[in-house]
Amino acid sequence: MSTMHLDIVSAEEEIFSGTVKNLSAAAMMGEVGIFPKHTPMITPLKPGEIKVITENDEEMLFFISGGVLEVQPEVVTVLADTAIRGEDLDEAKAAEAKKRAEEALADKSDNIDAAKALAELAQAAAQLKMIETLRKKSK
Amino acid sequence: MSGGKEIKGQISSIKNTQKITKAMEMVAASKMKKAQMRMAAARPYAKMIKNVVGHLASAHQEYRHPFLVKRESVKRVGLIIISTDRGLCGGLNTNLFKEVLKKVNDWNNQSIEVDVCAIGSKAEKFFKRLNVNLVAQVSHLGDSPEINDVIGSIKIMLDNFTDGNIDELYLAENKFINTMSQEPGIIHLLPTEPNKEDEFSHHWDYIYEPDSKSVIDNLLVRYIESLVYQGIVENVACEMSARMVAMKSASDNASNLIDELQLIYNKARQASITQELSEIVAGAAAV
Repeated sequence: MSTMHLDIVSAEEEIFSGTVKNLSAAAMMGEVGIFPKHTPMITPLKPGEIKVITENDEEMLFFISGGVLEVQPEVVTVLADTAIRGEDLDEAKAAEAKKRAEEALADKSDNIDAAKALAELAQAAAQLKMIETLRKKSK
Repeated sequence: MSGGKEIKGQISSIKNTQKITKAMEMVAASKMKKAQMRMAAARPYAKMIKNVVGHLASAHQEYRHPFLVKRESVKRVGLIIISTDRGLCGGLNTNLFKEVLKKVNDWNNQSIEVDVCAIGSKAEKFFKRLNVNLVAQVSHLGDSPEINDVIGSIKIMLDNFTDGNIDELYLAENKFINTMSQEPGIIHLLPTEPNKEDEFSHHWDYIYEPDSKSVIDNLLVRYIESLVYQGIVENVACEMSARMVAMKSASDNASNLIDELQLIYNKARQASITQELSEIVAGAAAV
């Protein structure tokens, strides 16, 4: 069975780099499974787990809070986010930075809190799901 | 024995200062190691995302992102400047600010206006005094900065670029060369020209999911963020090594000063003893 090279990196550290047989990840449009010689593809990832089968048939699980998946026939790259992202959330951060620049007092409106809670919830749910899978496996 | 006591006091106060500078030197040295490790850890992401953006640029794509399109006339530019939060790190910030001032003057001569985003409190203070248009500011990121903290400030600049408020975006940062030397530099961020080193002979394109626009938007924002983040992490390493070197030379200067003062003190002491002796001898001769 052929193999491909996989790199999982986040802005703050390198998470995984090695040769793998296949992987599955939670893409924006649904779960995707990638095998070697896949046609080039690029898609954002949802918060969730990445399941990797290494060349030694070991199964590895990584949790990421979103990111980008790039697929080339021989090389797959996962650019993982370290921060919880979301359009509203980024907007809020921008507003904060601006406020700091204006040296005004920050007042957070409700919808920002809601967006943040939603993003955190998605992340927590994904984390929970992974813990469950891990538990099932150990049984 | 006039002056002896003063000199002694001076010596002890310099010794106290030396203790402080030595402690700071050692703290900076240990922090520097960690900062360098962090810098190395951030490198794979920067490399990977550069590769991916390079692939994107060489792939045949129907959608040209505004970040990739060069504008004909430049009326206003954005400048992100990365500085330290604390001082006592030699000429690190000063050298960078000098470089920035030169560039800003250049722009002013071409009647190009400048919007500044200051990262680090030194830059903030500097630009407040300078009376430029400060649009975003973030400071006190600590020794282990997180990308989370700078997303907002970068977004302001990127939004300004997308909206056409600024036509070019620059990043002023210190490059870490080695422990002894850091080099200030200003690099061009937007519009970006990804490397096209690995050019593919045939036309090909990605499968974009859900669509090319959102994917590319997403990726390019992350690309710029990663460049800025890399700059910030590098700046921490620069700060620590600059501080270590500065504090080392301060400690060395202090020991030189102490040696000199010790010599003066000894001379003064000897002179006063000689004087006393000659007074006694002269007194005995007179009797």
